[in-house]
Amino acid sequence: MSRVAVLEGGQSLERQVSLRSGARVREALERLGHDVIAIDVGPDLVERLGAARPDVAFVALHGRDGEDGTVQEILELVGIPYTASGPSACMRCMDKVLAKHALRDAGLPTPDFYAFSQTAFESLGAAHALPAIEERLDFPVVVKPAAQGSALGIRFAPSAAAVPAAIVAAFSYDTKVLLERHISGRELAVSVLDGPEGPEALPVVEAIPRGGDRYDFEARYEIGRTDFVCPAELDDDTTRDAQQLALDAYHVLGCYGFARIDLMREGVTGDLTVLEANAIPGLTETSLLPQAAEAAGISFAAFVERVLDLALARTPA
Amino acid sequence: MTIDETPRGSGSGGESPGMGRSRTTARDLERYAGLFARRTQGMKSSAMRDMMAITARPEIISLAGGLPDTTTFPAEDVAALMARVAADASARALQYAPTEGMDELKACIVEVMAGEDMDVATDELLVTSGGQQVIDLVCKTLVDPGDVIVAEGPTYPGAVPTFSAYEADVVQIEMDADGMRIELLEDTLDRLARDGRTPKFIYTVPTFHNPAGVTMSLERRRRLVRLAAERELLVLEDNPYGLLRYTGDRLPPLYALDRGEYVIYLGTFSKILSPGLRLGWTAAPRPVLDKLNLGKQGADLCSSTFGQHFVVEYFAQRNWRDLLGRLRELYRRRRDTMLDALAEHLPHETDWTRPEGGMFIWATLPDYIDTSDLLARALREHVAFVPGRAAYLDGRGGSSMRLNFAGVSEDDLREGIRRIGKVVSEQVGLYSTLTGVEPVPRRHAGSAADAAEAAPTARVLPLRRQAGGER
Repeated sequence: MSRVAVLEGGQSLERQVSLRSGARVREALERLGHDVIAIDVGPDLVERLGAARPDVAFVALHGRDGEDGTVQEILELVGIPYTASGPSACMRCMDKVLAKHALRDAGLPTPDFYAFSQTAFESLGAAHALPAIEERLDFPVVVKPAAQGSALGIRFAPSAAAVPAAIVAAFSYDTKVLLERHISGRELAVSVLDGPEGPEALPVVEAIPRGGDRYDFEARYEIGRTDFVCPAELDDDTTRDAQQLALDAYHVLGCYGFARIDLMREGVTGDLTVLEANAIPGLTETSLLPQAAEAAGISFAAFVERVLDLALARTPA
Repeated sequence: MTIDETPRGSGSGGESPGMGRSRTTARDLERYAGLFARRTQGMKSSAMRDMMAITARPEIISLAGGLPDTTTFPAEDVAALMARVAADASARALQYAPTEGMDELKACIVEVMAGEDMDVATDELLVTSGGQQVIDLVCKTLVDPGDVIVAEGPTYPGAVPTFSAYEADVVQIEMDADGMRIELLEDTLDRLARDGRTPKFIYTVPTFHNPAGVTMSLERRRRLVRLAAERELLVLEDNPYGLLRYTGDRLPPLYALDRGEYVIYLGTFSKILSPGLRLGWTAAPRPVLDKLNLGKQGADLCSSTFGQHFVVEYFAQRNWRDLLGRLRELYRRRRDTMLDALAEHLPHETDWTRPEGGMFIWATLPDYIDTSDLLARALREHVAFVPGRAAYLDGRGGSSMRLNFAGVSEDDLREGIRRIGKVVSEQVGLYSTLTGVEPVPRRHAGSAADAAEAAPTARVLPLRRQAGGER
């Protein structure tokens, strides 16, 4: 039995999702007999950690601060073991640009992209490079903020005229944006969970938006507008390839404990490609990782217990 | 909970009791999902809603609320009146009340309505749990799935979930500085008639519109009432703010012009006394009123008896017009402060309405700025507003925002608008860099409030239509 601080909430745009993840984790921890302290992450975090003196912290935060390495650095500093990936892996996963560079350098497939900071446009005349980029990526181009979860700020620009507004929107969420080649096909999510034998890939989940709205990204994240199929209906080879690709990405990015890798399977060629990695994927009732774990015969409580053991087993950085 | 009635502090309770008791799994959710009524599919949770929850955090200057300032009501007054209710009428105040409301309270309502030149009899009234319940009861009484409701575009964001829950097909009519454009309403009614469809009712906030801040002109009020009579259409007049006029001449409510023939009137104590009381009312044509009464019986039997006693006591012991006068003075200053701050801080490409009363200003940005996305940027500067899309059911409103000036101190209003100005200017500049289109030079910052006094409808923009697609 351990004294566990569950870090949840915070100020990120995914606060509500985090509160739901945290509530579910706490409930599982309590049933497992642990002593649980909930901490809504704010300016008093270090103080509260000092007062609570937990054996271990379960990080149930999503988005800015909680998933980008900031909170992990603090936990390293105060010497409290914590769940999931360390600061550097968190930074790489949260920043889609860093993640894609790391994947590409390692020879793993990820859609072509170009990234810009706000400064590049404001001070370095990057706008003049847009036509060349648009030519190389073809339309529609996907415009994304580098660091934002839950598909917020992601837009499809069907033509050059739509690109500037899409870039402005993406800069609402981050000071860095990327323009990415659009891949049409099937959306697959592969969760990876560490264990005694090393990381294992869980069954593949496929997200199928209802109504077939190709460009309606919100559909993916609105309950009832997306069907999730787990395990995804794929042939054995494709399943194995997807799981292997997810494991490779997990290693390249340096993840620990658990993570979720989002893939696309291109409609025509069947090629698999990595869209992004989530260092702390959602743990709510409708989230994909818990569904995949269940499909693999791992209950949510068993998942939580295993992740906690991994945190305690990790030697401090 | 609607966006409008989200008080500061809610949604921040990570440690609130009860949150950790869920034992649902993905399979359970599927099981429940199979039991949900079809109408729940229209009740959507969205990314924007999640973002609105963050606006309640204490470090945020929230111009997003629909909250009146309740600090103007002296606490000792509340205590004295409560004590008196408890001492004098304890047994009655703790008992059920008639569904239609207490007669003594209805007498107070008659007095309030007379304050806006409306003549109503107590037996024409139904007391409700806030004005919001009137919208719900009217939908419950009139709307079958797929029926048409005509509303303004933008419309009261709090009515959107109600319309959605009853699976109404909402048609929104554009507004300008004089409120709903009646010629467009007529076109729409003609078009609907050609398809064999008649709206069940026309929903309007004619005075100090929420969120648009505009007021329907007298001429249009007359035309609307005439139109309703000619076509035998019901109009739901939502009038929470009518008594909160700061400048300009008083206009008769639709109910006064129509004398309760086709107009269902919605009033509330929320903005003239307190929203925490949850007391509103409706005056409606007799056959409609009877059905609304039956609907209310099913919903909650009666509105809070204790609250009704409190209001009755308040009207007996105090002059309700005194508090109203204080609120008017407070809100007028705040409106002027916000208008001045907008003129000082927002780039030239933006425009906003200049309300003569009420609580809201509607600002419209260049159409390449999406206020739902901008809110994310604004929250990083610790300021919040309601993105315009919340006031539409058809995806419009993407470049507009609603700003509340009533519930925020003048210092916070100035600072909040300064921060909004900063992020909007940043995006205007960025777009200009991306497209090579030069931003318009900044206008001179004069006193907008003075300008508003001189020409109340000057520079009021027609509420812009956002091109579809994009999202």
